[in-house]
Parts: sequence; C-alpha cells; structure tokens
Amino acid sequence: MAKVVAVTGNEAVANALRQVNPDVSSAYPITPATDIMQRFTSFVSDGKVKTEMILVESEHSAMSGCIGASAAGGRVMTATSSQGLALMWEELFIASGTRLPIVMALVNRALSAPLNIHGDHSDGMGARDCGWIQLWSENAQEAYDNTIQAFRIAEHMDIRLPVMICMDGFIISHSIERIEYLEDEEVKNFVGEFKTLNPLLDLEHPVSYGPLILPDYYMEYRRAHAEVMTRASEVVLDVAKDFEKLSGRKYGIFDAYRLDDAEIGIVILNSAAGTTKDAIDSFREKGIKAGLLKPRLFRPFPYEEVGNALKHLKAICVLDRADAFGGSYGPLFIDVAASVYPYKERPVLFNKIYGLGGRDYLPEHAELVLNELVEVSRTGKVKTFKEYIGVRE
Amino acid sequence: MKLKNWKEVTPGAVCTEAGSALKFKTGSWRAFKPRWIEENCIQCLFCWIYCPDMAIEVKDGKRGVYRYDYCKGCGICALECPGKKGKKAIVMEEEGK
Ligand code: SF4
Ligand code: SF4
Repeated sequence: MAKVVAVTGNEAVANALRQVNPDVSSAYPITPATDIMQRFTSFVSDGKVKTEMILVESEHSAMSGCIGASAAGGRVMTATSSQGLALMWEELFIASGTRLPIVMALVNRALSAPLNIHGDHSDGMGARDCGWIQLWSENAQEAYDNTIQAFRIAEHMDIRLPVMICMDGFIISHSIERIEYLEDEEVKNFVGEFKTLNPLLDLEHPVSYGPLILPDYYMEYRRAHAEVMTRASEVVLDVAKDFEKLSGRKYGIFDAYRLDDAEIGIVILNSAAGTTKDAIDSFREKGIKAGLLKPRLFRPFPYEEVGNALKHLKAICVLDRADAFGGSYGPLFIDVAASVYPYKERPVLFNKIYGLGGRDYLPEHAELVLNELVEVSRTGKVKTFKEYIGVRE
Repeated sequence: MKLKNWKEVTPGAVCTEAGSALKFKTGSWRAFKPRWIEENCIQCLFCWIYCPDMAIEVKDGKRGVYRYDYCKGCGICALECPGKKGKKAIVMEEEGK
C-alpha cells in the first residue's frame, strides 16, 4: 500500500535510502545535497537503519570510503553535488573501472567560479563520461523511484557498475511535492539481498583490487567496460517493469510526451521538462503538433532508441542546462544530434543554453522556443544554431 | 603465455588468484643490480624487510640469494644495509657493465 506524503526531493531520496538500508555509507556534506545525508545520519543515530556511517573530511575521501566498502562486499551509497562531485573526480573512474555497484544521489548544482549553489547540470555533465550509469529525474517522485531502482541496476550481475541519480538542486531537492512512498517491506523485497562479487573480505577466496594494468591489457578492460554499458538499457527497462508492477508507475529509458504525431519537439532534462510539457499542451490546443523527449537514462545514452523516437520530426530544439565551453554545442545537444545523424531524412536541430546557476526557466522561455520551432519547421532555416536564452544581452 | 581477450578478463581487473604476482616478472625494469657481499653481512635482515618486492630470499632465518626475476633495482636494500665495520654488504652495479 502506497503512502501519500508531502516532502522535498531530498527527503524523498533520504527515505528511499532508509528503506534500502545499505551496509555502508561514506559521505561529506555539500549544498544542496547536505540534507539527504543529514537526514540519513539521523536514521543511523536513531537506529532506523543498520548502515555503518563513515563521516569523512572531504568528498575525495567519501568516494574512497565507498570504493573500499563496496570492494569489501557491502551495499554502499552516498550523495553529493557540484564541487563535491568535482573533488570525487579521480575516484569516480576508479569506482566504475573497478565495477563497483555504488549508488550516489547527485543533486545537480552549478560549478564554481563564480561561486553559485543553485541548480544547473554542469556537475553531472562534467562526469557524464566517467563510466557510471546516470539516471536523471524530473521530480521528487522520479528521484525517489530512481534511487530504489538504481540499486537493482547497479548490482545486476550483468552490469556491476555505479549509478548516479541526478535531480535538480533546490528546484526539486528543496521544494515540497506530493509523492507516493512504497512500504518499507516492499522496497526491501524489491532490492533484495545484496549479492557480492569477488568481495575482499571473503578470506576463503583471497583477491586483490586495483592492480597495475599495462598497455598489454588496459584496452581489454576498457573494451569490456564499453560492452557492459551496451547492456544497461535492457537492464534499466527490466527493472522498470518490475517496479511498475510494484508501484503502478511506468518508466522507460526516456519519457516521450505527445511525440508520436509531433512535427516539432523539445529535448530537455530534469525539472524543466515539467514546465515545457505545460507549454506543449497550450500549443497543442492551438493545433500545433508539438512534443517532448526527456531522457531518463542519460549514460549510457540510448542513441538508437532516441534517434528512432525523434527522426520523424521536422525541427527539434535541445535545451541544455550546462554549456560545454569550446565545444560547439551543449552536451545534451551533441548526443541528440549523434542519435539522429544516421538518418538521411532528419530533423533540423538547434540548441539553447538555459537556466545556468539556478536562473529560472519560465513558461515564456518554452513558448519562445516553440514559436521558433514552428518558424524553423516552416522555413527549414535556423537563424542561430546555439544561443543562450534568459540572459541579459 | 597467451594473452586473454576482452571477454576473458575479470570484471574490474580484480585478481582472483592468490600469489599471482609470482607470474609477473619485473626484473627487466632494472637499470642497477644489487650484489650481495656475504663476508660483510651481519644477518640483520634489514634488506629483506625493506625490499618493496620479495626479491631477497630468506632460508632458515638466514639472508639468502637475490631473486633477480623480481628485483627492480631500486637500491633500497643497499641504502639500508648497515654492513660490517663500515663495509656495505650490498653494492649497486650498473646493468650491462
Ligand atoms: S634493489 Fe630494490 S627490489 Fe632489488 S632487492 Fe634491493 S630492495 Fe629489493
Ligand atoms: S641488510 Fe646487509 S647486513 Fe643486513 S642482512 Fe641484508 S645484506 Fe646482510
């Protein structure tokens, strides 16, 4: 039986972690993710979970602690944001390269400088190629649901990779929404017993982690990692199916909104998708065939499926909440462009950068983009392929 | 030894075989080679304990010969060796001389 509550995104994720009751967590506070671990450490102190909580002196150590505990054979999780993720950089690759199923909530926040604590995607995008699986979440419900599913995905014997669950800082992490909680017992059964793979603490079968791999073998390990990434989509979908049976909530690798018969479309991640859907509804009422695609599984990026879902459109605008300096386009745009590239007949694409450092993304921004899409779909001509919106010129 | 392909390697490069470092011979990295001068040796076993690999054999509690297959020539044993009356029991010699 589901329980309906009014909670913030952070509270929801902390509650999911309580329900999963991992063996070990190693964490360091950083705005806006602090609240998750603060709530979780209260659960530890109050005896609500059996988790061994390691309080460390930096995020570099937080992820190192997670790596050690995961290699030892425990179910492990942590949470961070922005600079914290940046400080974990080295460890992120070690966690994924060592194939450790660590689960981490990333509350998306802008990177410094200039110093800013508000939501944008520059942290998660910076870490998009570090070999982790990334699930992005539109709202608190999806963040809660993704957190629970992340353990099953990470720990799947065909995968064994760390998973990052992304949600927008403040907009989702600190806003109260109506969400549905599963029962503790349901979550416990859903994630199941943790299964180890070559745990360090199995003294009967001694193993070593982290050997030096020279040019004669390094590529084989990278190739194997790349292969595992190709299996992620299927596992994510399988886990989503089981989750739907339990919760009634359906998840795919992306959310396609009014896309089937659409002629113009917006591709956008996380919370801004909600605002955009409203704008799309009002354009539909005017008889304009608009749709939206919101990636959920961003790494590995499901190129084939996304390409297939978008190829029939006349024009697409990809909205990025992070820029890739010196790269021609924003990170989401680059992947969307690659996914429609194989088709001879493909939509015209352009890119907008929005909402950096927590700048509001308003319905009028979505409307501006939709109006431009209508124009581009008519003329086939794009004035500017990439530009910032909602900025003072 | 036949090299494994990418489908055969263990996930995350975990070594599941204990003591497999024995198969990984690193002696060819050496530019300087330690030579043991037995008459200057006081059997303190500093060399054995300081060697970062296991390149010094100890048998029946006594300093034994070098296992050159694993000696990288770092020179730590020679540095730490107290020797006898100011005379080192280990000297480093350039390889190929
Ligand atoms: S030179 Fe270095 S590696 Fe070789 S035996 Fe001495 S301490 Fe060991
Ligand atoms: S350190 Fe020198 S003196 Fe001591 S056991 Fe080794 S060779 Fe002998």
